[in-house]
Amino acid sequence: MENIKDLVLEYVINEYQEDEDDEITYDTPLISSGFVDSFSMVSLKVFLEKKFDISIPDEEATPEAFDSVNKIVDLVNDYREKK
Amino acid sequence: MTNIGSYDERVKNFSWSIAEKELDYKDGNIINIGWYCSDRICEQGKGDKTALYHEGFTGEQRKYTFNDIRLAGNTIGNFLRKLGIENEDRVCLFMDKIPELYLSFLGVLKIGAIVQPLFSAFGDESLYVRLENAGTKAIITQRKHAGKVRKIIDRLPDLEHIIIVDQKKDKALKEKEVAFNLTEEEPVEKIDIYPTKADSPSVLHYTSGTTGQPKGVRHVHYSLISQYLTTKWVLDLKDDDIYWCTADPGWVTGTSYGIIGPWSLGVTQCVLDKGFSADSWYKFIDKYKVTMWYSAPTAIRSLMKAGEELVKKHDLSSLRQLASVGEPLNAEAVIWSEKVFGMPFLDTYWQTETGCMMICNYPGMKVKPGSMGKPFPGIEGVVLDPKSYEPITEPGQAGLIAFKPGWPSMMTTYWNNEEKYKEKFVNGWYLAGDRSTIDKEGYFWFIGRDDDVINTGGHLVSPFEVESALIEHEAVAESAVVSKPDEVNMEVVKAFITLKPGYEVNDDLELSVMNFIRKKLSPLAMPQEIEYVENLPKTRSGKIMRRILHAKEWGEEIGDTSTLEDD
Repeated sequence: MENIKDLVLEYVINEYQEDEDDEITYDTPLISSGFVDSFSMVSLKVFLEKKFDISIPDEEATPEAFDSVNKIVDLVNDYREKK
Repeated sequence: MTNIGSYDERVKNFSWSIAEKELDYKDGNIINIGWYCSDRICEQGKGDKTALYHEGFTGEQRKYTFNDIRLAGNTIGNFLRKLGIENEDRVCLFMDKIPELYLSFLGVLKIGAIVQPLFSAFGDESLYVRLENAGTKAIITQRKHAGKVRKIIDRLPDLEHIIIVDQKKDKALKEKEVAFNLTEEEPVEKIDIYPTKADSPSVLHYTSGTTGQPKGVRHVHYSLISQYLTTKWVLDLKDDDIYWCTADPGWVTGTSYGIIGPWSLGVTQCVLDKGFSADSWYKFIDKYKVTMWYSAPTAIRSLMKAGEELVKKHDLSSLRQLASVGEPLNAEAVIWSEKVFGMPFLDTYWQTETGCMMICNYPGMKVKPGSMGKPFPGIEGVVLDPKSYEPITEPGQAGLIAFKPGWPSMMTTYWNNEEKYKEKFVNGWYLAGDRSTIDKEGYFWFIGRDDDVINTGGHLVSPFEVESALIEHEAVAESAVVSKPDEVNMEVVKAFITLKPGYEVNDDLELSVMNFIRKKLSPLAMPQEIEYVENLPKTRSGKIMRRILHAKEWGEEIGDTSTLEDD
């Protein structure tokens, strides 16, 4: 679990953090704070699907479901269980 | 009673002098948009009226009166002058939708310099080509975006100043950087407004074409005349309205109707600098009691997806007028908004080049869901035969949308590209680059673009620009970029790629290519889908036939393939 969280957080920081002074934590809003926009969500979804070998339906990949690392991890875990 | 009253009467009796009189402007006078949007409103006794309610993503709220924005414009203008910025110098605004973006817009114009707004999600390469083309002298940005400027500064000899509006005191500034924190500056009560005239350049917006680099669309201060009147008549803004334009001022809607239109009318507007979510948008409308809401089809379709139940959880009774821009608004969305909000989103059609609304649905005029509406009074809009470039008079026949030049906010040139500008005019008509029909009642019905440019979420993306960037990726040999249908964004970018020898398709490659484009160009330009192919369809002369790939994506007839290269 922690490993998934850390992997997602690391990816988000590497790919979306523009200002090194910004702190991104497990609970930082990603979509509503503007770190990740709706277009970029697509590449984030691809990352999750490839990395964790899951398939997230488009209708589940909502701004709300992607709005923090913790929420993303919940989503990933849901689909890992469904596999 | 609507501001426009009877559309037909307005068409019969129209003259742009209506706006000139209301703005106390006479031919040859000084006309400065920065002054009109702030100082003039204060002189009318509305200095204490709220000009801007701003809410950031953390929920932090800020409020500015018209006197506040007047002073802020003066302070920023004064600061720029001290740096040596002069009239007609290009000053880029590269910020999120923070208050400083709106206030800097006024400050730059007040000193006669040219505002070059750029979407803050642009990657360093997108930023570079636009700054290089414009010969930009200063850029006003945030700490979070300064890194992109630093990457390209060595290639931009004209760029003398990087002004950072939120610099931390304990952080060192780098080459050419200067800190400017508006809240710490002494407000400047009076500044010499630069005496710009009707033909003085004001705003330089960049737009994408099928081929070549993005083009800088140059507007002038006289644009105010049509931006003021279209705001008043189409958006129906009145003195006590609370207006919300959801567009980012990095794009033309965000400046023409997110700054100039409402503020030249002295109307209060609100801005939400937060990523999209249906719930937060409805909360915002409820909280600020928004009365007029100007948004985009992509957002409206996302709201539709979020469902009707969510709407019922919020008090949206303040809304009295809705409008849409960016791409054609589908009939289902119009019908849905009538059902859910009790009024339709009125679709408006225009472009960066036109500077103001051209074909619209008007308050009080019958709405035909799915139609673009009718030309604004004073605008002569037609569809032209694609071969003869003569107006088509028969209803229902498809042709090229064209306008008779001469409206106040028409672009005056493409920056450093007069040749491309001239190509936009044929037989005395300005060609919009879109196709439509006109029905027997004079309503326009959008068909599609007349070129390969991709309209994704209301923003134009050049396939050429994406293809050029793609082949800079280490694994990509050749690429072709087309649009593919998308339920929310109407179109999204799809890339067809051939790989260089030694590279194989794997899980990491797709992500690597996507993120490469997202960072280099922008999230809008990032391919939402990548298809790996052995070969791309080409003409015998080696030109990639995007048309064939496009047809495949859209389920259309492929058409003539006689020039297709044999395998």
